[in-house]
Amino acid sequence: MALLQIAEPGQSAAPHQHKLAVGIDLGTTNSLVATVKSGEAVTLPDTDGQHILPSVVRYLSCGRKDVGLLAREKAAEDPYNTIVSVKRLMGRGVEDVRALGSEAPYHFVAGENSMPYISTVAGAKSPVQVSADILTVLTARAEESLGGELVGAVITVPAYFDDAQRQATKDAATLANIKVLRLLNEPTAAAVAYGLDQKAEGVIAVYDLGGGTFDISILRLNKGVFEVLATGGDSALGGDDFDLALATWIASELGIDTDALETGLARYLTEKAREVKEALTSSDSVAVTVAHGGTSGELTVTRDQFNTLIDKLVARTLRACKRTLKDSGADVGEVQDVVMVGGSTRVPLVRDKVSEFFGREPHIDIDPDRVVAIGAAIQADVLAGNKPDSDMLLLDVIPLSLGLETMGGLVEKLVHRNTAIPVGRAQEFTTYQDGQTAMVIHVLQGERELVDDCRSLARFVLRGIPPMAAGAAKIRVTFQVDADGLLSVSAKELSTGVESSIQVKPSYGLSDGEIAQMLQESFSSAQEDLEKRRLREQQVEADRLLVALDQAIEADGDELLTAEEREMLLSEMAQLVALRNGDDADAIEKGIVVLSNESDFFASRRMDHGIQQALQGHTIDEIEEKK
Amino acid sequence: MDISKNFFELFALPVSFQVDLSQLSARYLELQKALHPDRHAHLSDRERRMSEQYTAYLNEAVTTLKAPLSRAQYLLKLQGFDTTGESSVAIDPMFLMQQMELREQLEEVPDQDDPFEALDELSDEVDSMLKQLRLDFDAQYAAQSYEQAVASVRKMQFLEKLVVEIESLEDRLDD
Repeated sequence: MALLQIAEPGQSAAPHQHKLAVGIDLGTTNSLVATVKSGEAVTLPDTDGQHILPSVVRYLSCGRKDVGLLAREKAAEDPYNTIVSVKRLMGRGVEDVRALGSEAPYHFVAGENSMPYISTVAGAKSPVQVSADILTVLTARAEESLGGELVGAVITVPAYFDDAQRQATKDAATLANIKVLRLLNEPTAAAVAYGLDQKAEGVIAVYDLGGGTFDISILRLNKGVFEVLATGGDSALGGDDFDLALATWIASELGIDTDALETGLARYLTEKAREVKEALTSSDSVAVTVAHGGTSGELTVTRDQFNTLIDKLVARTLRACKRTLKDSGADVGEVQDVVMVGGSTRVPLVRDKVSEFFGREPHIDIDPDRVVAIGAAIQADVLAGNKPDSDMLLLDVIPLSLGLETMGGLVEKLVHRNTAIPVGRAQEFTTYQDGQTAMVIHVLQGERELVDDCRSLARFVLRGIPPMAAGAAKIRVTFQVDADGLLSVSAKELSTGVESSIQVKPSYGLSDGEIAQMLQESFSSAQEDLEKRRLREQQVEADRLLVALDQAIEADGDELLTAEEREMLLSEMAQLVALRNGDDADAIEKGIVVLSNESDFFASRRMDHGIQQALQGHTIDEIEEKK
Repeated sequence: MDISKNFFELFALPVSFQVDLSQLSARYLELQKALHPDRHAHLSDRERRMSEQYTAYLNEAVTTLKAPLSRAQYLLKLQGFDTTGESSVAIDPMFLMQQMELREQLEEVPDQDDPFEALDELSDEVDSMLKQLRLDFDAQYAAQSYEQAVASVRKMQFLEKLVVEIESLEDRLDD
């Protein structure tokens, strides 16, 4: 059809061409990027052949920044300007990061919204910016290696990440100029990578112990559908804690005062501990030589000693397994496969305890460091539209309950944990004072009953409620959680229709304005580039709408459209094509809205048609039979 | 989507407290395959948003029908009885007495010689009471004795809340 000729040279919009999309595992310790190449998902190496990028960024006074191995090597030498494990700081407030103590030995400064900034020689950096710097390196690597512009990326997050942490991750992608196709939960990605979809049916458990986070997910597989039944974990527990426990023990064995540990030495000792931990996966004991500044000593660490040090931490993960299994409604005997993910599952004690708990040997066939990125790449390939016939579908859940503050500092839950997403829930509240004209909506996430024990996500005020007697006003609060697990909240006073809504921006997140400003700063000749970028974005969006409609008409037009309707749509499409080939971004944007409105009826007919087809064969007849 | 369809009709299931869960789950997956945003990811923003709304409705429907209590409440709602808010329905005093005793029993669990066994016993007792209430509800609803059915739902609410408390105590004992 003529409409497909809208593509300009070098930027084809042809629907069947392979689109470049990647999966990114943005890990606490290491990050990876993967893509599907000739039908196979592979991780992409840098020019030195290294697949793994250490998630470490070092800022230098000359304005240069090193990301990866080079930065990690300087972590002990230049601790305040070298940011490690930044994932632990994502979506966290100043108070939270101070509580991390020596694990995050940076000079923090509070920004607006009490978001922590790390003071470096190159200026104050937010955790979001540091993550964006890591993402930029990965996408640049992918574009270079694949030889083209990416249409987008699937970025993985721990299943147990709360809304603030997810939003921060998405902000980092925006800042790195990446279109996020989906935020995908790490255990779900791992399940996909294991290809357990290959005609497999049944219940599986994914045990994911990374550097800084722990997730457990229970999934049911059915003909290509991965349905997460329940997920649980601890977003602040991982291999880093093993290192820390071992480093503290080494220090005390050598008579070093751990309360007044100098930062460089602390880094040195944790690095040593990490080496010892890794060596102990294959040896029963390891000799350690410590020599840093004026401190030196020697000792031997046995695997049993190490096991004792981490036993409590591993037990914590098993308690989460037990609870999550219960939430899933499955019992331990039903679990057919156990998949191990994350570098920390190499620790022998972890493997032993997990196989003991589930009563079966876990899968360790795919490199636990790469499995998440590979799963993300497979989904990115599907979401980019490269596999229109794929049956694969991932159905995920929200990890932590969402609620509102009510009288007396209590939390009323609107969306319970392990509810399938996307989801919408509404509840009515009322005023508690005569003549009350405003109401504070305080949004929280967590399982506990008291506001103080849950994470505060956002507060906003609904104003303009007409003065009425206490209890007379009816305020409906609606929660919408999208397929990325991100929440938006709206509130409406029902008698007047006064409305207020927000995309939940965590109390210590970046505002949209801040992100826009940072993006602008990252362009050299800001204004001009930004305009170009906006035009390009609108063109891409217009193309997408046009191609989608074109395909829809081709597929269902004969069945679902009258001749007049089809004529009308084609003429509206032609108008947008004309706008799209011009250079007025605003006009294109308006044209997109017009065409979207005009074609809504068709989209909705197609959805209904989809529903009918899905249930074809068992409809009313069956109902009648049973009555 | 025809939102006027009730949740049962959406899944082409008969309007009844008895639901074939494996059938519900199979049809849920079929509908997800048609509606989920990931199926429309390469389409326009508009269409993806629409599919997100449809999927949210579908998820609400399946969650409501899966759990016995919410399914019972939904069935009553279809008949014009709202049991989700505050209620003035009187509950028979015998039942309330029994509830108080069960709660006292729960409070004493941590002091027992074998708290886990005591908790299991309590949990079994509550489960069997819930099972009976579900049978009662099914019969009452089928006979269109809605007032009685409402009373059964009230009782279920008490017991389901107790189940949550039992579980959270179990978590605390584990830690």
